[in-house]
Amino acid sequence: MIEQVAEPLQQAGFAKVVLELEVNNHPGVMSHICNLFARRAFNVEGILCMPMSDTRRSRIWLLVFEDQRLEQMVLQLEKLVDVRSVRRHAAEHEVFERLEKFFH
Amino acid sequence: MMQMTGAELILRLLEQQGIRTVSGIPGGAILPLYDALSRNERIRHVLARHEQGAGFIAQGMARVSGRPEVCFASSGPGATNLVTAIADARLDSIPMVAITGQVPLSMIGTDAFQEVDIYGMTVPITKHNFLVRSAEELLQVIPDAFRIAMSGRPGPVLVDVPKDVQNQLIEIDALPAPVVADPLPALDLGAIEEAARMIDSAERPVLYLGGGVIHSGAAEQAVTLAEHAGLPTTMTLMALGAMPIDHPLSIGMLGMHGARHTNFILQESDLLICVGARFDDRAIGKAAEFCPRAKVVHIDIDPSELHKIRNAHVAINGDVAAVLEALLPRVKVRLRKRWLLHVESLKCRFPLQLPGLDDPRSHYGLVQAVASVVGHDAIVATDVGQHQMWVAQAYPFRRPRQWLTSGGLGTMGFGLPAAIGAALAAPERTVVCFTGDGSFKMNIQELATLAEEGLNVKIVLMNNNSLGLVYQQQSLFYGRRVFASRYRGEPDFLKIAEGFGIGGVDLDSAANPRAALAQALSAPGPCLIHASIDREQFVYPMVPPGAANTEMIGG
Repeated sequence: MIEQVAEPLQQAGFAKVVLELEVNNHPGVMSHICNLFARRAFNVEGILCMPMSDTRRSRIWLLVFEDQRLEQMVLQLEKLVDVRSVRRHAAEHEVFERLEKFFH
Repeated sequence: MMQMTGAELILRLLEQQGIRTVSGIPGGAILPLYDALSRNERIRHVLARHEQGAGFIAQGMARVSGRPEVCFASSGPGATNLVTAIADARLDSIPMVAITGQVPLSMIGTDAFQEVDIYGMTVPITKHNFLVRSAEELLQVIPDAFRIAMSGRPGPVLVDVPKDVQNQLIEIDALPAPVVADPLPALDLGAIEEAARMIDSAERPVLYLGGGVIHSGAAEQAVTLAEHAGLPTTMTLMALGAMPIDHPLSIGMLGMHGARHTNFILQESDLLICVGARFDDRAIGKAAEFCPRAKVVHIDIDPSELHKIRNAHVAINGDVAAVLEALLPRVKVRLRKRWLLHVESLKCRFPLQLPGLDDPRSHYGLVQAVASVVGHDAIVATDVGQHQMWVAQAYPFRRPRQWLTSGGLGTMGFGLPAAIGAALAAPERTVVCFTGDGSFKMNIQELATLAEEGLNVKIVLMNNNSLGLVYQQQSLFYGRRVFASRYRGEPDFLKIAEGFGIGGVDLDSAANPRAALAQALSAPGPCLIHASIDREQFVYPMVPPGAANTEMIGG
């Protein structure tokens, strides 16, 4: 029996999207979110997390590619108990741009 | 003011949620909880012989009662042994709360004895999980665990409690109120009206019911809709029992081992009304060729299931019982004579082949003979493999929660402990556990639990001394290169059962197998019924893995 092995999805050609998550701030939240992307073989290009002024919450910024699975990823994110909201921004959002100088 | 330990608090909170039976195995890191349990008069403990058994006992209770049930395990290997049962509950959407002991907080991260990161390990297989950091947190975490397990699409929740948190003293004024499930999503009446219009205008609609119909208690609504609108109805493995199999509108189970007519009827449909099902690959075969001409109405409590595998023309996020109730008065009464006549002719031309139905020593005959003795009140659990599919095909299921099987994860070893759990939850019913020799050996130690509890569980062992479905696939798809699927040794299962204190009957040597079977099934208490099955008997029809559902072989 010969099965076709799917080609790994080339994400590089897709536009980028910035996701803004508001989450409960406790140890383990990051692992829930990173695990979700990793187990669905969906690359996270950039990740940024800081407590908000209300320290019971954190804000997480994710830079991801907008491939056809993104809808499903967002729905899955919204199912996580510690994720309170998910907002989508275009890649031009300045949050990652302003950090560029720390990486180049 | 009440003063108590974290362990006592956990038990009080479990009591409040109506928990009266828990399964588990003690160990160092969970001993404070067991110590408190020893003084508790309201919660009964069922001592399993392997933590996976404890997990499946809790699942068996939950699958019958429909509410979250609880299992306990210690840290380290105790916790890792629960993992398969938790993953199984996740895939089949079974509400369960697993409570594990953990090494003391100060020792977490030191590679302490029996320390394992069960929190990290269960992130991908739970609906949610918690590592509790103080006794006070328990006041929030335990009720949350129950609320999450039972709300929306049900699922397992793990609560990891360090030993020192179990021992910590806490003073509280009052216990928090018991929790109930979150409110249901609001009804999307626009989408429901659109679905009604599509059903009214369809020529060849099919109703496709999944496990969500069972979980939401929507079987009655689903059957009423089918009768109202003249909808031939198929069920997934998880939905068997939602519509009585002898209902004139039932077209049986779809998918890899569905009847030929079922898959052919689906192929011709112009509208698929998918209720609480998720277009699983075993049900739909090659996705691109499943119901190619059908529009899709998809109703599910989980928004991430909508459009996941198949784009829906109308997607309705909601509790399926509530949505079906709102849908019913909006759908026109239709007889659909032409379509139903055609469905009937396909049923006659391509019926499910059940050879040997009159011989209780053949696989289908045995299933039928058991059903005719125990009647419709019995609960039927299975393990995983050929026997599971034969039972799914041939057992006359007639009510929801009559059928307990590991669908999504397909866990061999599920049957016996799940049957024990079912018997604990419904002591007035007979529980039949169909199993195969491969599966039975995977949790055979639970015979000790069964004997100790003296539950009314009848194990029907279909023994072909092989991993039958593997043998079947190697025979059909791997050029008959049979490898590692036939056992060389041949254990005497009746002697094993006897060693555990459970009597049995061997249909192979019985002068009158039908009478011997009836006698064994009718006597109270546990029993092993053994029957040898010809290894060359395969499950047919079969859709080869990766093929379209219409490309069935055999049957």
